[in-house]
Amino acid sequence: MPILTKEDAQQLLKKVLAFSKADQCEVNIFGSNSGNVRYARNAVSTSGGNSLSQLVVSSAFGKRLGVATINEFDDASLEKVVRRSEELARLAPENPEFMPFLEPQQYGPETPSFVEETAAVDPKKRADMVAASLDVARKNGLVAAGFLENTAAYSAMMNSKGLFAYHTSTNVRFTATLRSEDGTGSGYISKGVNDVRKLDTGAGTTIAAKKALGSKNAKALEPGKYTVILEPAAGIVLLENMFFNMDARSADEGRSFLSKPGGKTKVGEKLVDDRVTIYSDPWHPELPTSPYSNDGRPMEKTTWIENGVMKNVFYSRYWAEKQKTKAVPGPDGAIMVGGTKTLDQLIKETEKGILVTRLWYIREVDPQTILLTGLTRDGTFYIENGEIKYPVKNFRFNESPVIMLNNLEELGISERTISGESNQEAMIPPMKIRDFTFTSLSDAV
Amino acid sequence: MKRKDFIQLSAMGLGALVLPNFAFGNPVDPSRFLNDGIDVKIKKDLADVALNAAKAKGATYADVRIGRYLNQIVMTRETRVQNIANTESFGVGIRVIANGCWGFAATNNVTREEVAKAAERAVAVAKANSRVKAEPVRLAPQKGYGEVNWKTPIEINTFTVPVKDKVDLLLSVNDAALKGGANFVNSAIMAINEQKYFASTDGSYIDQDIHRLFPTFTVTKIDRASGKFETRKSLSSPVGMGYEYLKARPEDKVGGIVTRYRGRYDMLEDVQNATRDVEQKLKATSVQPGKYDLILDPSHLWLTIHESVAHPTELDRVLGYEANYAGTSFLTLDKWKSGNFNFGSKIVNVVADKLQPGSLGAVGYDDEGVKCGQWDLIKDGILVNYQAIRDQAHIIGLDHSQGCCYAQSWADVQFQRMPNVSLQPGKTPLSVNDMIKNVEKGIYIIGDGSFSIDQQRYNFQFGGQTFYEVKNGQITGMLKDVAYQANTREFWNSCTAIADKSDYRLGGAFNDGKGQPGQSNAVSHGSSTTRFNGVNVINTARKI
Repeated sequence: MPILTKEDAQQLLKKVLAFSKADQCEVNIFGSNSGNVRYARNAVSTSGGNSLSQLVVSSAFGKRLGVATINEFDDASLEKVVRRSEELARLAPENPEFMPFLEPQQYGPETPSFVEETAAVDPKKRADMVAASLDVARKNGLVAAGFLENTAAYSAMMNSKGLFAYHTSTNVRFTATLRSEDGTGSGYISKGVNDVRKLDTGAGTTIAAKKALGSKNAKALEPGKYTVILEPAAGIVLLENMFFNMDARSADEGRSFLSKPGGKTKVGEKLVDDRVTIYSDPWHPELPTSPYSNDGRPMEKTTWIENGVMKNVFYSRYWAEKQKTKAVPGPDGAIMVGGTKTLDQLIKETEKGILVTRLWYIREVDPQTILLTGLTRDGTFYIENGEIKYPVKNFRFNESPVIMLNNLEELGISERTISGESNQEAMIPPMKIRDFTFTSLSDAV
Repeated sequence: MKRKDFIQLSAMGLGALVLPNFAFGNPVDPSRFLNDGIDVKIKKDLADVALNAAKAKGATYADVRIGRYLNQIVMTRETRVQNIANTESFGVGIRVIANGCWGFAATNNVTREEVAKAAERAVAVAKANSRVKAEPVRLAPQKGYGEVNWKTPIEINTFTVPVKDKVDLLLSVNDAALKGGANFVNSAIMAINEQKYFASTDGSYIDQDIHRLFPTFTVTKIDRASGKFETRKSLSSPVGMGYEYLKARPEDKVGGIVTRYRGRYDMLEDVQNATRDVEQKLKATSVQPGKYDLILDPSHLWLTIHESVAHPTELDRVLGYEANYAGTSFLTLDKWKSGNFNFGSKIVNVVADKLQPGSLGAVGYDDEGVKCGQWDLIKDGILVNYQAIRDQAHIIGLDHSQGCCYAQSWADVQFQRMPNVSLQPGKTPLSVNDMIKNVEKGIYIIGDGSFSIDQQRYNFQFGGQTFYEVKNGQITGMLKDVAYQANTREFWNSCTAIADKSDYRLGGAFNDGKGQPGQSNAVSHGSSTTRFNGVNVINTARKI
């Protein structure tokens, strides 16, 4: 099924709602066309493509909710899925936390997330983009493995109270790992864009190649506390664990890093360094996201941390009503305000430190402090007197992003980056941090 | 599924390795689970349509998987049901070799016409890919088995148990936790039924009915005055069994510091123990970092085996196919070829197994029609083998596949996934008590917790659920803030004692992740309680 226009989506959803006999009914539709190429050992290993459409019907009788989905769109199928959601609702136990569907909402203008050129990417274009990456690997005598995936998608929702929302987006994700033939050097690149014209897989792979060649024959440094410069791809995997845990309910329930003794929370209090400001904005030109959330709430520009103070946490509609506050939805893309210096300038101004280009296998060790563990990967370098001196062996770290943002030395220019852990994207600056805790060495390359 | 939903699952210990495949499929009335699905004769006819269509377009090999996947999850917290999801997914995946290259296509439109079209698409993909492929695919020979079938040997089909019974069990578990003083409790039952029909141009027509079950909970207790909180997860494991797993008999219970379970599980008893444990955890002593002898219970050790033994012996990782995501492996081919690479101490014997009753990996045949078996990976401490599929067997000098091929659904292409990988019990009689008696300074760890390992599987760090200090052969009390860090080879060479087979139990996960796009695989790992000497323990307490 193709990407539906706003008018076509509206017409289809109206037709579905007309079949409803429930107290309330809400219909969401999602559709996407995507294609991917995976390569390893300097050759394509698998490739695929799919076109997915899913219609989700939620029917409610009182506080009983039933949800059914279908991927066929003839009239008989549409009626069938509505009936099935109603049957499931009748079977369901009452949910005391059920919230009535929303009345019509005011959404901001469409965000700049859909780019025609990206929607038009075909297998040949993908093959050319991968060939450009493989070319760099072969020219440098390196072995490449990578993954390129492009998607064009739309979503729309309508309910029996008259709410309607519609959004389209395109996305390209590119990741590549280049390794030396002897396995002693490794470098990585990841890039996410809405507009395929902003992605140069050859240039990206050249950065990975440089890291792979530069990381050969790494020296071992003693584990301990070091000043580090975290590239955005390394920073995001730590900071996203803060973003995911900025949930009001767990803070109020006393089981979050934002909980305080006596049942209070840290919302409104100074949490990290003054220079830390994190917000989300669906209309950000570099990281546009949907103007509405899956349950129909408008997504607004929201400040989460301002000058180090915890300003906002996100709420489910149920919890917001219970706490008598605004039901602020969680962010789709976090934006951390950066400084004005490039990564190179940060390195130049560092007397002694370690450049961390990527972190991997991040797991929460303690939810009370968001203590995280994980390892450096694909290029870690020792900096002395403003220069990269030599590659160093990978470290395991145990560090909390909250502690880290209190040990902030300097921020560089914020840029869009992808989390290698969750696949989420955010705008993160390179961060210079003092006393970052490395606890052991790893032999991995 | 969005990461926010993932957090909700991981709060219950469900999002451990990657997301399970529960988002896949269409919600249905649970009564639909009792339908048999389409007749095996119709499946054979459809399969032949696909195989013939592929051959007609020039495929030199083809296989077809017609899959019906049923999933049920019942989730509760405290006194209420949060979610009941029943999903069904049905479709066909067709894989072919043409021009020496793999191609794959899938469709959920299971008619003769659409299946034939999908087969043709798979051949077209193979031919397109062959322009950039370096070496042609070499498949290990595989004889056809004709028409055969295999079923997980279950006593009670979980899908025939009314949802109300599951809700009642979970709410009684929650009630016991709240009565015991817990502040919060989440619980869930997840069930999977894979009805898979496989056919290939080798002449196999394999009908399989595979069942898996995972009951679990997390109990949370908060000390409001200090603002501290602690959790304790269930000591259940996901299993390749029916609902009988939840009907524990006295012989299924392993006594000791806390009751653990072998074969079957008593959820109500475990939640009462968990509620006591979580209270104790709040008062436990924060560990002094340093070297300790670790005594690791099978409910904990399964995850260490999974990460540090099972993953590095995956042949696709060794060869570099996962270099851009999950990583490669330190167990390179030269180490295996040397025949004397000591992975662990002499008492370390690790077996790969696709047959073990009750395990998640147990199937009759893998997803490329290879009859399953068992083989040694580590023998007397030496690396002796890997995990391979048909197109890799020749690389390690085998004339047959080891049957490690799996796809998470009909819509995904099958690739190499780990079988059950288990540490063999000690050959001489040894009880856990006798093992502890000889420990001067140690920590006894039960249950799995936080886990992380590097991309070549050298350096790892693991937490746990409960930690007991051992001093001069005695358990002296509970510790907290414990995590151990080690190098895989040093760790397994520090293995000094393994309890005998009377202590052997399985642990496992529904959701081992690999591949791009990612796929999840269910796998079990067995062991008896095992001791490792002089392992580095760190203290994980911090102040923010």
